[in-house]
Amino acid sequence: MVKHAKPGSFYDTFERKGAGQRTTHYCPGCGHGTVHKLIAEAIDEFGVQDRTIFCSPVGCSVFGYYYFDTGNIQCAHGRAPAVATGLRRVNPESIIISYQGDGDLAGIGTAEIIHAANRGENITVFFVNNAIYGMTGGQMAPTTLIGQQTTTTPGGRCEARDGSPIGMAELIDALSTPVFVERVSLADGKRTMKTRAAVRKALRNQIEKKGFSFVEILSPCPVNWKMSPSEARRWIVDTLEHAYPVRNFRDGAGEPRAAAGEPRAAAGAADAASGLWLDDEDLHSLLSSRHDFPDDLRVHDIAEQRVKIAGFGGQGVLSAGVLLANCAITSGLHATWLPSYGPEMRGGTANASVIVSVDEIGSPLVDDPTTLLAMNGPSLDAFERSVVPGGLIIANSSIVPREAERDDLRFYPVPASDIAQELGFLGAANVVMLTAYAALEGFPSPETIRHVIPHSLKRKRLEKLNLRMVDAALDYVAKNPIRLPAGQARR
Amino acid sequence: MRQLMKGNEAVVYGALLGGATHFFGYPITPASEIAHAAAELFPASGRHFLQAESEVAAVNMIYGAAGAGARAMTASSGPGISLMAEGISYIAGAELPCVIVDVQRAGPGLGNIWPEQSDYNAVVKGGGHGNYRNVVYAPNSAQEMCDLTYRAFNLADLYRVTVFLLSDAYVGQMMEPVELPERAIHGERKPWALYGDAQSRGNLISSIHMSTAEQGDHNWHLRAKYDQIASEYTDWQEVDVEDAELLFVAYGISARVAISAAQRLRRTGVRAGLLRPRTLFPFPRARLAELARGTVRDIAVVELSDGMMADDVQLAVLDSATVHRLNWLGGEVPTTDLVVDRARELIPMLTTLR
Repeated sequence: MVKHAKPGSFYDTFERKGAGQRTTHYCPGCGHGTVHKLIAEAIDEFGVQDRTIFCSPVGCSVFGYYYFDTGNIQCAHGRAPAVATGLRRVNPESIIISYQGDGDLAGIGTAEIIHAANRGENITVFFVNNAIYGMTGGQMAPTTLIGQQTTTTPGGRCEARDGSPIGMAELIDALSTPVFVERVSLADGKRTMKTRAAVRKALRNQIEKKGFSFVEILSPCPVNWKMSPSEARRWIVDTLEHAYPVRNFRDGAGEPRAAAGEPRAAAGAADAASGLWLDDEDLHSLLSSRHDFPDDLRVHDIAEQRVKIAGFGGQGVLSAGVLLANCAITSGLHATWLPSYGPEMRGGTANASVIVSVDEIGSPLVDDPTTLLAMNGPSLDAFERSVVPGGLIIANSSIVPREAERDDLRFYPVPASDIAQELGFLGAANVVMLTAYAALEGFPSPETIRHVIPHSLKRKRLEKLNLRMVDAALDYVAKNPIRLPAGQARR
Repeated sequence: MRQLMKGNEAVVYGALLGGATHFFGYPITPASEIAHAAAELFPASGRHFLQAESEVAAVNMIYGAAGAGARAMTASSGPGISLMAEGISYIAGAELPCVIVDVQRAGPGLGNIWPEQSDYNAVVKGGGHGNYRNVVYAPNSAQEMCDLTYRAFNLADLYRVTVFLLSDAYVGQMMEPVELPERAIHGERKPWALYGDAQSRGNLISSIHMSTAEQGDHNWHLRAKYDQIASEYTDWQEVDVEDAELLFVAYGISARVAISAAQRLRRTGVRAGLLRPRTLFPFPRARLAELARGTVRDIAVVELSDGMMADDVQLAVLDSATVHRLNWLGGEVPTTDLVVDRARELIPMLTTLR
């Protein structure tokens, strides 16, 4: 039975409201007061007042917190389901009610409601549909009926211009995740009792952690409909319920299940008992790399190295740069690694800029490399001119068809792709190139490269293969000492 | 022990050690590595990661999570930050704490994914509607991406504000060695938050103040809070300013290039220095004014925008030094050479040095 006493989940007086602290701010004949009362009674009955957090929307019910003696949070227009998601993901035990009108939920907030429903957030949504914007002055809502006059459809809603009234219960029912979807009405006592049952069911589902429940309530707005309260209730039965059939769409709340918002690894100290929450020490060890750098690999005197590594995407250009930068750190030096990134990475050319220095590094851009590692022909074409005089170019001579044109620098061809292919993994030509660079420049040391490779490469199974690349490259450089480039030889 | 990582990854390391428990993300280049690392490391440490359906939803999830007392964050880039403007305004009005990282790309509109610093006005001046400010950190290295995120949560909680990290595509994408903070810190129970229990039942998170007087009082309260933050938390780095006649002012990736330019000029005999704001709100206005009244004659503001921060520099120094705008747009980051050349074109005291 509908009780006439004020529910315990309502404030005794509505002190937050200002004037008239014993009455609501709603207009005569409005449905919000009824819905509020049904919700408050259900909260009382389930004994969840302390646990309840009421999310107020933007609209006439923006002041839900005047009335509900629960936790309260007022949300941006249409965003309450996202706010409720945030609340839910923090606290699995709170009872979260998202109370929304038709402009809020079916207009500006369609994305948020659909996705919260689709995630199956364990929350309860009460959607008060009165087919009009109330608070802002009777404008067309997405639920306004065809032909219905509003302040923005003075000639009536026109389907060709404005589209059709949107059935939110039907839309929510199209998703597989929600557990309870029902449309109810406040047109008379019998219907209100059905509403009461739906409100209770939707809340109980949440308490039992069954998942997302959605109750659409057809509710009168006599003032903006320009009707008397009794006319308004008749209009719901005669007209609104024809556009929006009152029925249960889904009652799939069977066994409790792991609803979204009950994540395996939810947050907060409350979950410490689950064993998944890492304490400070475990967190630190998760975030720290599990290796320490030996002191004997430290380097103290080295001229600044500005290395450009360039080639096709997929040649390991970026990871060769990471390997070099990791070698620098292991040697106790400063390092920066800057990729060319974005669309360029997905096919086409790629390059990485690495700076290694004893001093702190200002600009990480390498516009005048001391060394260029050209993994392919286009890279040599693109960057040869930028190398500093006296610098070094190493070219992957397996596929770079020419030597350097400049005669004021050192040029070293190494058939990196062939060497890598012979050892069984073409993809490690980058390691051959980098090792050749190390052998020619004296940094990083072969020991450093060998030490870093296991920590630097993502694919651990290739560790041994990559270490063999290092040996092969060192062997090649030992057997093929650097010679003057063709230009210098001719001169 | 130093680890090589991208600035974007370093954000997540700093966040977890700084007590972050909730990350709500939406993918966008060049910020996505933050979401990638968060998606791995938040759940792996018992914290929570959720990919939202949009940046609008992400920021409202933060509103809910912060309202429930959690240390919550997100990361995005320009287009996503625009979408978050509404939520950030509500967060400011309701005085919720949170941390947002903006890895700036070029705009307006879809722009491109290369670095600009053109979100400055949107982030530093507020960005959404109403009288409010965000505290804005400006990291210029992977280490600072970690450290400033780590610090951001305490600051956000202390003042109940949004703390931004205003980064850029290069600082986000660049890998550098990072030393992790030694001590993990955590948020405490907040007397105003919603815990779904008897103790917090009377709490209300809201940004509505129906009477003009109440709204006015609230806004003056916010203003006083921002002034207090300004008096306590303005942060910047100085290099070679003691005798500087030419002062570079830059943040983020621009500051990395500007310091190289300043050092190069100093080697040619120019008394050049750098002031790098580490907070953009609050802005080191008083220190700039002081330097401009001292030895500094010319100020070169190096910026990947059309001069947004230079406006603030100009306002700080008025006519006590000449402010030159060295701006690059469209995603180009100038080399040290280009910055030096541009300075020589614009600044009379350098023209004789050619």
